[in-house]
Amino acid sequence: MRPRRQPAPPAPLRAARATAVVCCALALLAAGCGRSGSPPPRGPQPGSLPHYRVDRGFSLPSSPSWKQAKSRGHLVIGAKEDQPGTGEKNPANGSYSGFDIEISRMLAASLGFDPYRQVEFKAIASANRETSLQNGQVDFYVGTYTINPGRKKLVGFAGPYYMAGQRLLVRTDERRIEGPQSLAGRKVCSAVGSTPLQRLQDEYPKAEAVAYDSYAICVDNLLNDQVDAVTTDDTILLGYAAKDPSQLHVVGKAFSEEPYGIGVPKKETALARALDRALLQRERNGDWKRAYDATLGLSGEPAPQPPPLDRSARELAEES
Amino acid sequence: MDVLTDNFALYGEGFLGTLRLTLYSSLLALVVGVVMAGLRVAPVAALRWIGTAWVTVLRNTPLTLLFFAMLLGLPRFGVALPFELFAVLALGCYTSAFICEAVRSGITTVPVGQGEAARSLGMTFGQTLGTVVLPQAFRTVIPPVGSTLIALAKNSAIAGSFSVVELLSTYKTLNENGYSVIWAFVWIAVGYLLLTLAISAVFNLLEKRWGVAR
Repeated sequence: MRPRRQPAPPAPLRAARATAVVCCALALLAAGCGRSGSPPPRGPQPGSLPHYRVDRGFSLPSSPSWKQAKSRGHLVIGAKEDQPGTGEKNPANGSYSGFDIEISRMLAASLGFDPYRQVEFKAIASANRETSLQNGQVDFYVGTYTINPGRKKLVGFAGPYYMAGQRLLVRTDERRIEGPQSLAGRKVCSAVGSTPLQRLQDEYPKAEAVAYDSYAICVDNLLNDQVDAVTTDDTILLGYAAKDPSQLHVVGKAFSEEPYGIGVPKKETALARALDRALLQRERNGDWKRAYDATLGLSGEPAPQPPPLDRSARELAEES
Repeated sequence: MDVLTDNFALYGEGFLGTLRLTLYSSLLALVVGVVMAGLRVAPVAALRWIGTAWVTVLRNTPLTLLFFAMLLGLPRFGVALPFELFAVLALGCYTSAFICEAVRSGITTVPVGQGEAARSLGMTFGQTLGTVVLPQAFRTVIPPVGSTLIALAKNSAIAGSFSVVELLSTYKTLNENGYSVIWAFVWIAVGYLLLTLAISAVFNLLEKRWGVAR
């Protein structure tokens, strides 16, 4: 529904369109949010996903979480359920897909669990991440979780496994937005309270910030010309761009660094080290790149180099 | 404690946002609610229908849906207003349906004879309602209107999801910046308590001054 772009239709057509508008309004009221501009479901196709070799002999008795998972028979991993490209739950069959999900699966395989049959994903909202790790609802958390000093006080981290950065998602017919400097007077959408929104308000005050609860609403507004750009970590934006490449694309250079880490309970240093070692091994044997190519790579962006881990190699070599 | 002291500006901004939303929406809800209550007891059938339709539609629509319709629906038809105004409209119209019913229940407590006496003196419907019935009804509706306005203050939290600055959504910023969610919520709860207790106090005063002594 973008009447602004098209020439005025002849009268009978206009009447038909008015009817359509009324129907849309009713549908809007019924469904809560118009999906008329939504892209068709596409994205990573299962089947093309890489296979991870399971380390059957793995054992980590010094980690309470690992021991508990072993006796339980499966790992419980916290994830995002609403981010195409990184962590998305298919509402039809409940299966998860995305780059973070693949990272979770390869790490589970390294910890001695079957990545498909012995992993349970649990959708955890952003505000709940620290709490769910502290009280053991999940064994570890993989979901666009930026490592920062405030969070390090509450939870432990392994990784980073990916270096994201804040960028801009615009409509493909947008000519004037090339980076954060060209945002003056334009409406830019992000999630309420998120770091990208705070950065936009602090560093680019000339842009008009719009904040909704979810990026999905932002993208819907972008497709309906209500906002001019959506800004957040490029991983999330690439996920939306990969779904609808004819209408959306990501522009400009990254203007922040967001090292994504794997959240673990604060006391689980042994588990964090094991995850770091597993990550290093999967980066070396090519699994990391295969996971990227099968998920975020679908947007057309080539795989970057994985970022160096926070823990040094010497630290990892020490037996816990 | 340092969650509050470190982020006093953020909390203050959120609190003022909630205060503004509550104040403006309350005024809108009270005005529209009383007018609609008047319509619902009007002698003209068409006016009664308007009042009934207003209450039926708004009282039975989830507030979140109303927000979606106003903030995401209206712009598609070229109506683009500031977010805060949209929020005040949504909250005010929604609450007006409840105010209307509370006021109408007050109107029915006024004995029929009062209205009949006023009409037999030659007063118009407007005069009867405005000078005889509503002043008496007002005294009985103080407690339910107070409850409705307290509910309004808390309902304003929904606006935070739609680009309006208000108290509850400050927790998202605090959580993002690595503060403990639990303490962030404790101070938010204190903020809401300040507001709702103030409303309670005002209505206690009104009740002491105007309420019906039985």
